[in-house]
Amino acid sequence: MKIVTICGAGIGSSAILKVNAERVLRRLGIAADVVAADLATVAATADDAQIILTSEEFVAAIGKTYAEVIVVDNFFDTDELEKKLHRALG
Amino acid sequence: MVLPPITETGVVLNAEAADWRAAVRVSGSALTAMGSARAGYADEMIRMIEEHGPYVVIAPGLALAHARPGPDVLADGLAVVTLKEPVPFGHPHNDPVRVVLGLAILRVETHLASVAAIANIFNDSDAVGTIAAATSADEVLQIMGAGR
Repeated sequence: MKIVTICGAGIGSSAILKVNAERVLRRLGIAADVVAADLATVAATADDAQIILTSEEFVAAIGKTYAEVIVVDNFFDTDELEKKLHRALG
Repeated sequence: MVLPPITETGVVLNAEAADWRAAVRVSGSALTAMGSARAGYADEMIRMIEEHGPYVVIAPGLALAHARPGPDVLADGLAVVTLKEPVPFGHPHNDPVRVVLGLAILRVETHLASVAAIANIFNDSDAVGTIAAATSADEVLQIMGAGR
């Protein structure tokens, strides 16, 4: 399974989401490839992704996708991430 | 996991900022003072927010200001700014901002480890509050685990 994290630059915030998503997935015992990307490359990167993790600002800009888009409010709250990923994958 | 270099010069406490642009600019000046970025990097960080919105406010009270690697970045670095008065960035959940981190990175490929180190600090939900309340740069460096 592939999960893509999106932010404006593809560094910094999307990388934090990637790191914390990997931690939560380990906790949930789910194997997945987590890739950080920016808006410019989201179409290509998320082509085969099941889930996109991002902040509210980017939902409209991500455009048409087959992936489930999950909005994360607090990138450092692994409980929020766990709840949302569990709901999507559990 | 190693934090991006953070030094006393890169810590600015109780900065007065009238708005979010001014707050981001303080973190840019700190990165410049540290030798991590040229003066123009502050404008690039501001442009990212103008273009994409206040997404850099990634947790309650905390903004991670950053732009892409480029000619304005001289070395990896992390600046920590606490604001005298909290400043709204326009984020739906995480406003107002009390702590601004300014992040400069040279290469995308190598920055994941340092971002993981930042996550280690701020996954503790008390971290923003204790940094906002810090009264010396040394104290901030201790909290960040970068103390001597």
